[in-house]
Amino acid sequence: MSLTQSPLDSWLPRVPLGAWTEAAVDWATASLGPFFDGVATAVEALVRPLNDLLTGVPAVVVVLVLAGLGWWLRGWKFALGTAVGLGLVAGMPYWEETMSTLAQVLVASTLALLMAIPLGVLVAENKRASAVARPVLDLMQTMPAFVYLIPAIFFFGIGTVPGVLATLVFSMPPGVRLTELGLRQVDKEIVQAAESFGAPPWMVLLRTKLPLALPTIMTGVNQVIMLALSMVVIAGMVGAGGLGDVIMFALSQVEVGSGFEGGIAVVILAVVLDRLTDSAGDRFPSARAQRLARQAA
Amino acid sequence: MSALIVQSLYKIFGSRADEAVRRLADGKPRAEALAGLPATAAVIDANFEVRPGEIFVVMGLSGSGKSTLIRMLNGLLHPTRGSVRVDGVELTTLKPAALRKLRREKISMVFQHFALMPHRTVLENAGYALEVAGLPKAERRERAMDALRMVGLTEWADNLPHDLSGGMRQRVGLARALAAGTEILLMDEAFSALDPLIRREIQDQLLELQAELGKTIIFITHDLNEAMRLGDRIAVMRDGRIVQIGTAEEILTDPANDYVAQFVADVDRTRILTAASVMEKPQQVLDVNAGPRVAAKALRESQTSVVYVTGPMKKFLGTVTEDEVLRALREGRPHLDGYVSTERVRTVTADTSVADLFGDCAESQHPVAVLDERDRLIGVIPRITLLTALAAAAPDEPAQDQDQDQVELVGTKGEPA
Repeated sequence: MSLTQSPLDSWLPRVPLGAWTEAAVDWATASLGPFFDGVATAVEALVRPLNDLLTGVPAVVVVLVLAGLGWWLRGWKFALGTAVGLGLVAGMPYWEETMSTLAQVLVASTLALLMAIPLGVLVAENKRASAVARPVLDLMQTMPAFVYLIPAIFFFGIGTVPGVLATLVFSMPPGVRLTELGLRQVDKEIVQAAESFGAPPWMVLLRTKLPLALPTIMTGVNQVIMLALSMVVIAGMVGAGGLGDVIMFALSQVEVGSGFEGGIAVVILAVVLDRLTDSAGDRFPSARAQRLARQAA
Repeated sequence: MSALIVQSLYKIFGSRADEAVRRLADGKPRAEALAGLPATAAVIDANFEVRPGEIFVVMGLSGSGKSTLIRMLNGLLHPTRGSVRVDGVELTTLKPAALRKLRREKISMVFQHFALMPHRTVLENAGYALEVAGLPKAERRERAMDALRMVGLTEWADNLPHDLSGGMRQRVGLARALAAGTEILLMDEAFSALDPLIRREIQDQLLELQAELGKTIIFITHDLNEAMRLGDRIAVMRDGRIVQIGTAEEILTDPANDYVAQFVADVDRTRILTAASVMEKPQQVLDVNAGPRVAAKALRESQTSVVYVTGPMKKFLGTVTEDEVLRALREGRPHLDGYVSTERVRTVTADTSVADLFGDCAESQHPVAVLDERDRLIGVIPRITLLTALAAAAPDEPAQDQDQDQVELVGTKGEPA
């Protein structure tokens, strides 16, 4: 609150939004404790085994598996790039942290997508839901990422779980938005054609709209994963572990070397995940058909 | 019974629809009637019946409401007011499930931009209606193949729509509607996206299929020549209202108002008008048993030089000229038998188009004889009559190009105010 407030503004009522928020969070912590405990256990149960798997197997195996995936999805050039990039990460001291970051990103973005895509379908089909969802999504996207960490600490304490959950909330909006956009962009005439032959709504959705919206939805998937990766690093502030920890530590100690190593590991992981998910979308027949149609047009 | 009956059908977009309908009911133009209302009227008081087996064309420029109208016929759009009855079933009050059932069983649609599913093969697209109806795969395949055979696309069955040209894609669209096996076909500007030659071809194909299948077709178009070519009857729409319903000839020869008259001014009448519509009553028709004296009297009275002669059952036999009549008189024959000639006159049937009359008229020394299906003489066409009909067809143009029947009205006339 400013002390030099102009007398002209003195009539404005004080709005204790911060106090209300605190009260709400306090209430939630007190009364929804068992619920949050359950969520924490579930998230823990997902992240821990994946983390153990990725850090447990030799780095070479992980590099080869990802490079193989890259070969299948994009070709040998990308496979080679993946192998070189991840090989570089493996050669640095932070391989384990990188894998734990990967585990968190995979869990957070999978959970985010499991919620975002159905939600996107709902808001695309229902105008009222869309009107409600829009401001909420705006809030989720523009709220500074760090702010999510505060209630996350309240509800879940310090550690991986608040990091993953804050990441989930932060990365969800583009999944919802692009699903909605993709569904709305489906050619009206094609939808009408499906309806004109008497197809019920679920059939129009599953066999016409969703396949045709898939390329846009896959862009959403890609965006969700990218946002999750950026947030997971910030989540290092709440002790989520992984590369976030490395970078936070480097920041507090002003260690350029380890900071750069952690940063480069994030970049390489980001590029690999981005290209992999980007090309995964192209493997669907509907995406191929639409690309061909666009080229022809 | 009519296949489809539309009564007092309105579609108002925007709010205060009831007020809009009330204001429009007395026939005022929509711009005037709806001034100040937050509503637009797409279809105003449409009334028509479509007979089983006919091609009913709804023609109008863009914005005339024809696309909205056709979408109310299968419930894709819900009418604001009025009634649509398909095969006796009132469509406007059906529950969604019943409406879907009606669409599956009674009425299918072909779209302007084909609306094929790009991720499905031609065969899967053609069998879409059957898939919706829940038919087993083998039967679906068989019936979709039959439909593709009708449009001549069986060898493309396993391709994606992308591999096909525009004309072929629309034939898939047509096959999809045919495979559904419904009695009624709605065609929304189905051929408008195709270039003229392809359009002509697919129009022919539709007419051939129609001759074989006898579907009830409601065809929307903005192209008058297409309307005239395909339509058994044509409804002309303007600003949301149907301004005239009639056969191509009725609309050409007796336009309901200036708008329709202006609309049809550009059409190539020689293709639409038939011999029956331009022919005149033959001046002198005599039975073959009439004597030469009767013939001579007839010629003198009508001041012509030729008599048309009919035989038993009024069958047309040929002509007798002045000279022949005189010869018969000199030779003292009791009747005209033996003097009748078919060399100086050509005959055509009543439904011959005017465009096809030119040759006959040029080669026929006497006015061309028009015969009905039992070869009875029903009229004659002197050259001057043909020329007059042509002059009426092209008031401002010195020469009528016979091949202009693909010229689109929209391109040449622009939007009416």
